Amino acid sequence: MEQTNRTGTWRTYQENIADDHYYYVRSCIRQTFFPGSEAALLNILRNELGKDVMDDPRHTSCSGIGYHSDIVPLPTIMTVVARQFALMTETGYRNFLVSCVTSFGIYNEILHLWEHHPETLEKTRDFLWKATKREFTIPENVVHTSDIVHKFRKEIFSRSKYSLVHQSDKMPLRIAEHVGCHYAKIFPDKGVGGAEFPRVLTDMIECWGGEVVDYPERRHCCGFGFRQYIIRENRGYPLANTRKKMESLAPYQPDMIVANCPGCSMFMDKWQYTIGEMEGRTFGPEGRGIPVLTYEELAGLVLGYDPWDLGLQMHQVDAEPLLMKMGYDYSPSRKYLSAEGKYLGKPMVPDYCCL
Amino acid sequence: MSGMDYYEQLEQDIRFTDGLSACMSCGICTSVCPAAEFSDYEPRKLMIRIQKRNHEELERLLKSDLIWKCGQCMSCKTRCPRGNTPGMVIQALRKVSQETGLFVHSEKGRQQLTVKRAIGDNLLTFGYCVHPDKLLPESHPEQGPVWEWIYENRKDVYERLGANIYREGEGALRDIDSESMEELKSIFRVTGGELLMQKIEYHSTE
Repeated sequence: MEQTNRTGTWRTYQENIADDHYYYVRSCIRQTFFPGSEAALLNILRNELGKDVMDDPRHTSCSGIGYHSDIVPLPTIMTVVARQFALMTETGYRNFLVSCVTSFGIYNEILHLWEHHPETLEKTRDFLWKATKREFTIPENVVHTSDIVHKFRKEIFSRSKYSLVHQSDKMPLRIAEHVGCHYAKIFPDKGVGGAEFPRVLTDMIECWGGEVVDYPERRHCCGFGFRQYIIRENRGYPLANTRKKMESLAPYQPDMIVANCPGCSMFMDKWQYTIGEMEGRTFGPEGRGIPVLTYEELAGLVLGYDPWDLGLQMHQVDAEPLLMKMGYDYSPSRKYLSAEGKYLGKPMVPDYCCL
Repeated sequence: MSGMDYYEQLEQDIRFTDGLSACMSCGICTSVCPAAEFSDYEPRKLMIRIQKRNHEELERLLKSDLIWKCGQCMSCKTRCPRGNTPGMVIQALRKVSQETGLFVHSEKGRQQLTVKRAIGDNLLTFGYCVHPDKLLPESHPEQGPVWEWIYENRKDVYERLGANIYREGEGALRDIDSESMEELKSIFRVTGGELLMQKIEYHSTE
């Protein structure tokens, strides 16, 4: 009986994810801090899996960071979102692929509000027409990019060159996962596994040979907080929340952390440096930090991509110890080169933690 | 009561009416709230204060630092057994605080001018909330030396990773064409987004 109930609960959170033909919208934070993740994802979808993905030069930010920091009103963000849908409609697509967790929450929230307050949908149509002379249809399918990687995780692994295992003893790498709050906490039925049992990263990790580390604050927010990070004087808030997570997961000695939100990935990477500078404290072995990877970077490593094409040189916590654990074949000397092979110098080495 | 009824103004926002229907003050929202853990913000107490529907009490709230301490993670939405969302109620409070100018009475409220001049100006300049050109290392010491290296070499670093920075077309960080930027600005004009930003500037510098 208990098993039946669990299965039933899990079925509630099986997200409908389209097979192909996606209209792609990018993330302000991901393109700034993890451009290699975006390039890897598009390469995996288009060239490894043969999927059709439309990257429309005309789309803009969803304005979600402005919305959650209260300088973008609700009717404005609804109309910005409606314009993205109009562009999708005009190009003949029906499946909307979102690469940002904040945006994913925004799109789901607005679709929910339009459904439950239909007068706002009509008002948005009026606003969009007045502002742009465009019209839109509502997407048939709205999914996050991590949903797509989750859906095709077995196909990705069938092309793998590496597994998530230690080269030395073939034991699984121990991986702490973090699911961004706006992925499934706002609308649990829109995320794989919902807010209670999110499987989106866990299934990828296990499929690719790793072992998921459970830790007490696994579902705690990374602490971004929008205005709490944007305003320098408020940054104690995000720092304290990431510190709480790091303290919770460090005793389990994970080999890395993986997140499905670009903001969370960036903060959990950068705050380790800050904590090192403030307290002389590190969370990994031998005075090092714990590498924080995006799920696209993780997929790219499994597929054997060059780590410097994935952008691991943009991380503050050095990922090279992880590559060595995996027995990865890579060239350390290419880390700080431009596309033309010009040496760009290298970052200063901090006193604690990260390089 | 002086002038307008703040509760009626809040009720005009569907995030307020959707976010607060029948709070039983169980406190689950506070127990999961990251802001409650590291500040004096308590969503449970906030909901009690609002439900009093007292104009003076609401004015104190709209003038306070308290409403600016929520981090908008929305963990409260998942957990409330009554389907309330204090995080959405906060959005409505902040909207009324900015529209009435009451936000300038609190230190944290006055920070909205910085938010507007950072994120708002980025949006209407680049079409993105964040852009590497505006992430100055001296303003972001927490980003560390790797970000400093990225910033100083940004054209080369981003091009190395397949981004299309400073050019139009497809790809990460591409410049958004002028017609699309005009449409974005037009949306802000038509929907009240531009007016809100003007109000933030006006009340902050009055």
